[in-house]
Amino acid sequence: MTRDPVVSVHDLRVYYGSLRGTVRAVDRVSLDIGAGEVLGLVGESGCGKSTLGRGILGLLPEGAVSDGEVLYGGRNLVGMTDRALRRLRGPDLGLIFQEPMTRLNPLMRIEEHFSETLKQHEPELDADEIRRRSLETLGRMGIPPTRFRQYPHEFSGGMRQRIMIALALVLRPKLLIADEPTTSLDVIVEAQILSILADLRHNFGTALLLITHNLGIVAEACDRVAVMYAGQIVEEGDARDVFGDPAHPYTRELLRSTISLDTTELHSIPGAPPSLITPPTGCRFHPRCPDAMRACAVEPPIEQGLAGDRRVLCWLHGPDELLAADDRAPLERVELAVAEEA
Amino acid sequence: MSAVAATPDDVLVSIRGLKTYYALRGSFRQRLVGREAGSVKAVDDVNLDIRRGEVLGLVGESGSGKTTLGRTLLGLVPATDGSVRFEGEEITGMSERELRAIRRRMQIVFQDPHASLNPAMTIEQSVGHPLEIHGVAKGVERRLRVAEALETVGLSPPEQFLDKYPSDLSGGQKQRAVIARAIILNPVLLVADEPVSMLDMSVRAKILELMLNLKHEFGFTYLYITHDLATAKFFCDRIAILYLGRIVEIGPSEAIYEDPKHPYTKALLRAIPEPDPRRTVPRDLPRGEVPDAAVPPLGCSFHPRCPAAFEVCGWESRDLRDLLETRWAHMAEDDYEREQAIVGDLSALDTTATTFRLDAPAGSSGDDLLALLDRVRAEDVDEPFWRGVRHLSASTRHLDVQLNDPYSPRLLPVERVQVECNLFDDDALARAEVLRVAER
Repeated sequence: MTRDPVVSVHDLRVYYGSLRGTVRAVDRVSLDIGAGEVLGLVGESGCGKSTLGRGILGLLPEGAVSDGEVLYGGRNLVGMTDRALRRLRGPDLGLIFQEPMTRLNPLMRIEEHFSETLKQHEPELDADEIRRRSLETLGRMGIPPTRFRQYPHEFSGGMRQRIMIALALVLRPKLLIADEPTTSLDVIVEAQILSILADLRHNFGTALLLITHNLGIVAEACDRVAVMYAGQIVEEGDARDVFGDPAHPYTRELLRSTISLDTTELHSIPGAPPSLITPPTGCRFHPRCPDAMRACAVEPPIEQGLAGDRRVLCWLHGPDELLAADDRAPLERVELAVAEEA
Repeated sequence: MSAVAATPDDVLVSIRGLKTYYALRGSFRQRLVGREAGSVKAVDDVNLDIRRGEVLGLVGESGSGKTTLGRTLLGLVPATDGSVRFEGEEITGMSERELRAIRRRMQIVFQDPHASLNPAMTIEQSVGHPLEIHGVAKGVERRLRVAEALETVGLSPPEQFLDKYPSDLSGGQKQRAVIARAIILNPVLLVADEPVSMLDMSVRAKILELMLNLKHEFGFTYLYITHDLATAKFFCDRIAILYLGRIVEIGPSEAIYEDPKHPYTKALLRAIPEPDPRRTVPRDLPRGEVPDAAVPPLGCSFHPRCPAAFEVCGWESRDLRDLLETRWAHMAEDDYEREQAIVGDLSALDTTATTFRLDAPAGSSGDDLLALLDRVRAEDVDEPFWRGVRHLSASTRHLDVQLNDPYSPRLLPVERVQVECNLFDDDALARAEVLRVAER
């Protein structure tokens, strides 16, 4: 989709085993992220967002298998050896986690975190250069040089998250995946961090995948948005287009159920995201979809391209030639019990 | 001042001059010699009325003291000073036994539904636990009461849930069970501490809706503790904004959202990410974070972050330190090192002094220090800190700095709300005017 993607994911699948069966956490996902572009990935919890982020970087738990293509610099990261992947992580691929407190070593000064990271990935740098690079990156995150030799516990939560971002950025990765980077932070600090992340594209040209459950964050900080449901991308496109006029009923319902300052009426999506072991037949959203048609319960939808580099996985958008008149009839179904909703 | 004007009958909870301090443990040596390590003022002189049948929102960032205030109100944390009256009865200083009797009338819903249910107890046992503790019902009667409560919160048919364990339930279902446990004794007051913030967006609305329905059905009074101004707007009749243990603004929800007075309230509202594609990340945000409550800022606690702070808001030496550090963070390394050599170690500034002396390090002088500060000032004249500087005088070895005396803001009525901000205090404004005239 993007002319010159930094990373190009095709038909990525990530499955892992559980006692109850195979969990299809990511099921045939394709997406591109261009240089200097921020792609937001949204969906409810349990839809496979985090697994997709980690799957792209090849950071999967034991027992998980992945299949498909993650093209980065002309090479497929899927199936690459751990050694080769480790060489790419840092200078090429970076990850920012949700909990900044747990990712810094309490016994190491901030300076040591940076020198260790830089020595590991760029052994040719001398001490002066390491210091210069570290201070410059920290400065961009608003961490003053006077605090370079302090320990993690001497910083507030927001500052620690800035340090984490600086640690990822000091290696100047071309692709950065941020998994709920502001979830544990206060609103004002969250907004501060988001404005830093939004600036990355100008300052570093980094391709950023921003995983979040907060649609407000996506609307404000992202160029494009991908909406994930039950292991699949159900809609993707320009953030303004998607939020202005959602094509998929799931996107529309997610937006309606977000409580914002403009909310005058509460709205929620009936039911809960389905099991990824035995997802519903046909369209995976059909049991919760207010617009479901007969076809939706039977046949999986086919991805349709829309105007403006947009795509959607929903029968409402066709293809018409595959739908008989009968298929378009509303789906009859039994009412959901309240208890199943929450 | 509507909070005070309310008749006693209207008022369910009346909080006056409430202070809850946590003692700091300090170092081993300090404890050995019996020296006090100081305290954190989690709740610092709060006055608040909760009226019967209203939903009062207590909104603040982490560290604002909102959770401690809620817990002090329930007697879960002892108050250091002040009074909490619940239905006219003084709660502070009550024994655990007396408290237990009164807790039948007030209950709490915690943030994390996964942690508030015992994983080894069935839903029937958990939800029915209060009945047992208070000796209200057991056996078949307990089962019936639990089933009824489950039905009320939408976990129906209850037979499906009675014998389940928390791990069998989704997050939303667990929070419903927690609410069932909270209402099973027919309380009058429910303290809900971030009841939806751990839940998915798609579930939040359902839980809030349930809480509103319960209120209409049973006439509950809610204290809704949250950091989220968006849900508070929808849910609350009145809102109190907390910052570092103090109420900085309180009033009817419409007034707070339509016309916020306190610069902090304004900042909070601006920072909320909205799912509106026309908006972009706001840039004019308050700097920094909630400061250390162990040594709160002088004057107004918000002054170090406040874009509108002026002469008397409580300037102190730490503000100069922050100013220099922020400046240095964005400088090239060489420039930073040059300036750092002039100022030397900043740790001397780590106090709340309003009059202090900066020692010039070797190779620097008082005049160098003065020249540097003048340059910093010239580069950003609008920086509020400079309004707080009364006098700078250089000698060979040091620079003496004198800042204006702090004026602590008072909670005053302004139009429909009450605000604790010097911008709305005629005395504070008059003092600032005197200082400005003197400067000329």
